[in-house]
Amino acid sequence: MHAKAPRAASKTPRAAIALCNVFLVACLATSVTLATAQSAPPAQNLLNQQAPDFTRQELHGHALHLNAFRGKVVLLNFWATWCAPCQVEMPVFSAWQRQYGPQGFAIIGISMDDDAAAARKLVKRLKLDYPNALGDARLGLRYGGVLGLPLTFLIDRNGVVRARFQGETDVKVMEKQVRALLAER
Amino acid sequence: MLLCFVPSRMCAAGQWAAPPPSSAMSIPTSVLLQPEELNRLLQTPPAEKPLVEKPLVLQVGSRVLFAQAHIPRAEYAGPGMQDAGAQMLRNRVASLPRKTFIVIYCGCCPWNRCPNVGPAYKLLLDMGFTHVKVLYLADNFGADWVNKGFPVESAR
Repeated sequence: MHAKAPRAASKTPRAAIALCNVFLVACLATSVTLATAQSAPPAQNLLNQQAPDFTRQELHGHALHLNAFRGKVVLLNFWATWCAPCQVEMPVFSAWQRQYGPQGFAIIGISMDDDAAAARKLVKRLKLDYPNALGDARLGLRYGGVLGLPLTFLIDRNGVVRARFQGETDVKVMEKQVRALLAER
Repeated sequence: MLLCFVPSRMCAAGQWAAPPPSSAMSIPTSVLLQPEELNRLLQTPPAEKPLVEKPLVLQVGSRVLFAQAHIPRAEYAGPGMQDAGAQMLRNRVASLPRKTFIVIYCGCCPWNRCPNVGPAYKLLLDMGFTHVKVLYLADNFGADWVNKGFPVESAR
């Protein structure tokens, strides 16, 4: 076994070098490819920053102005009619509105649907009793890119974003944070 | 009858049953494309691999999400779950050779909740397309594409 190994090694240097060269070129090409791919900045999550203010028309017509909620803990929820996990959360939020509303808690829903009629229909079906408005790409980008739903921000009484929940979330964890923010004065 | 498909805590409350799981789960794993693979395909210069076919990339989800960010050169083809979206997709591909390499993606929601890719994939198969892949985005387009540093464009 030991006697054969050097012979085998002596036969292969050219092939080995050629293979190494191919490997190096492949690695270089891959690294160049990856380097050019790293051009998109990660979405901003806005934590501990002032929540971007906005004014939207509510689905039922009234003006909805985020800054008008200053002094309250705000749950800002981006949703859509085609988003199944959103529709699990929304009735829970509605219950929280009733439970914690008197302590200074408010919910704002932003539908990312293309169509207000579909959003209105769902709000009615779920009997949501908090304000909802239609969002758009511009508002989404101001919130760091709403590139997946559901997406929820908790905003404290001073208008600062204190938590961000993306995707299917344990509502118990979220509720705990709502309570903590309500307790802050 | 109250059917429960998602977190049991919700159903325990007896107030709400979520919509059923979408058909994204019915897509065979053999046609799924990982984000890294698609990015590599799109980034490879033609001179390097002249025989590698660049796919036609179609977003079959939300227009609002597409307007914020999408894969470079991807086209918006309408939400696969809606009739209007299906028609838009049908119109876009109608004249293409059935061997065209097509990649569809959505990324609106976690994969097992995406309502769009399943119907869009089925439609393309029903139309006779033989080289269709589906971009697998486990959580959503933001988490699995944008935040990983892959390139994006915004709608003008």
